[in-house]
Amino acid sequence: MDAADADLLDWVPRLRRYARALAGNRDDADDLVQDTLERAWSRASLWRGVADMRGWLFSIMHNLHVDALRRGRLATVPLSEDTPEGIAPPPQAERLAVLDLQAALDRLPLEQREVLLLVALEDMAYADIARTLGIPLGTVMSRLSRGRERLRALLDGAPSAGSGEPVRLKVVK
Amino acid sequence: MSESVPFTPVSEAELHACADGQLTAERAAEVQAWLAERPDEAARVRAWEAQKRELRALFDPVLAEAVPPELRRRARRSPAGWRRPALAAAAALLLVAVAGSAGWGLRGARDATLLAAASPRAGDTFAARAALAHAVYAPEVKRPVEVDGAHEEQLVTWLSRRMGAPMRAPHLQSLGYALEGGRLLPGEHGPVAQFMYRDEAAHRLTLYVSNDGTARALASADLRAGDGARVDTAFRFASEGALNVFYWQDGPFRYAITAAADRAALTRVSAEVYRQLVEAPP
Repeated sequence: MDAADADLLDWVPRLRRYARALAGNRDDADDLVQDTLERAWSRASLWRGVADMRGWLFSIMHNLHVDALRRGRLATVPLSEDTPEGIAPPPQAERLAVLDLQAALDRLPLEQREVLLLVALEDMAYADIARTLGIPLGTVMSRLSRGRERLRALLDGAPSAGSGEPVRLKVVK
Repeated sequence: MSESVPFTPVSEAELHACADGQLTAERAAEVQAWLAERPDEAARVRAWEAQKRELRALFDPVLAEAVPPELRRRARRSPAGWRRPALAAAAALLLVAVAGSAGWGLRGARDATLLAAASPRAGDTFAARAALAHAVYAPEVKRPVEVDGAHEEQLVTWLSRRMGAPMRAPHLQSLGYALEGGRLLPGEHGPVAQFMYRDEAAHRLTLYVSNDGTARALASADLRAGDGARVDTAFRFASEGALNVFYWQDGPFRYAITAAADRAALTRVSAEVYRQLVEAPP
C-alpha cells in the first residue's frame, strides 16, 4: 500500500540535485524540494494517470520555483531571456578569466538554466523537457543553444558573440 | 565543406541532439561524418559535452547526500500527517459498520432492478442505485466509460464541473485496480459520478459518488438511523448474489463501491478510497 510513498522518496535525491543547481544554494533548494513534495501529495489522486512521474514532479518544481521568484522569496535575480548576449556582460566578467561553474550558472537566465540542467543532469529528452516546462520544442532548443553559448562565454570570461575558440574548453581529438 | 556525402543538412538543433545522444543511431553517424569535416562545429559539440560532464561532476554529489529527515518525512507523508491515523480510524469504522449492518442486505434479490424496489431507506436506495449502475456498465465491453483513465485529468475536471464539487479518482493500483475511466449518470437528486476500475483478471469495480448538497432533508433523515454514531462516515455493506456494495456518507457526499469481489477485498478497497477521498485534504 505504501509503494507510492517509496516511489516518491526515490525521486528525492534527483529533485534535490536539480533544485541545488537551479536555486544555487542548499537551503533554497531543499525548501523547493519540500514544497514540491507537498504539492505532489496534495495531488496524489493524479498519480495514477501520470505516465511520466519524473516529468510531472519536475514540472511541479518548475512552477513552484517560478512562483517563488515572482513573489521575491528567493534572492535570485532572474535575467530576461531577451537580454542580448554580450552587450551587457556581468560586472567583473571581463576581469575574471574563469568564473566557477556554479557562479556562471547563476548568471544564466532562469529559462536557459532550466533547460540546460534538465539536459545535463537528467538526460531528459527534449520533448519531455517541452512538456515539463510547458513550452514548445523549438523554444527548448533555442534556450538550450543560447544557454550553452552563454555559459561558455561566462566561463571563458569573454563576450559570447566573440569569435575564436574557447581556450578553456578546447578539446583536440 | 565537402559535398561528397549527400544527406539532409545538419541543423543547429541536431548538433545539440548529437551532444546529448538524442539522435537515432543512423542520423548520429551522419552527423558525426558531417562534423568530421568541420572542426569548428565539432569543437562546439565537444565543448557542450564537456559542459555537461562538468555540471554532472558539480552536482552529482548531491545524489549521494543523506536525505534530510524533514524531506524524508515529506516524501512519505502528506503535510497534514493524516495517513496513519486515518487508516486506524477507517478500520475502526469498518468494524462498527460491518457489525451493524450484518442483518441487512440485498441478499435474495435476483436482479438489479429489484434492488431499487426493495429498498425503503435513503441509504438503501443509494446502494441499490450504485449496484444497478454497476450491473449496467460493468459488463460493457466497448463503452464501459465515457472518458477513459488515460485522460484522468479531463475526466476529473469534467465530473467536478458537473457535480458542482471537486471530484477525485482514487488511485487503487496498490490494491490491483487500474482506473478505466468514468461516466456521469443521473442520480436521485442530480448527477452522479461513476469511476470504473479493473483488476488484472478484468474484474470490474466501480466507485459511485453523489453530491446531495441540495437534499439536506434526506441526508439528515439518513443520519438519524445511525444510533448516535457518526453515520455520515460509517461504512455499510449490502450484497446481492456475487455483487457486494460498501457505502458510506460524508457530509453531502455519498460513496458506494461495488464489485463482484468478496467482502474482505471490498473492505480493503473501501478503506483505501475512504483514506484518499475523505481524509485527504482537498
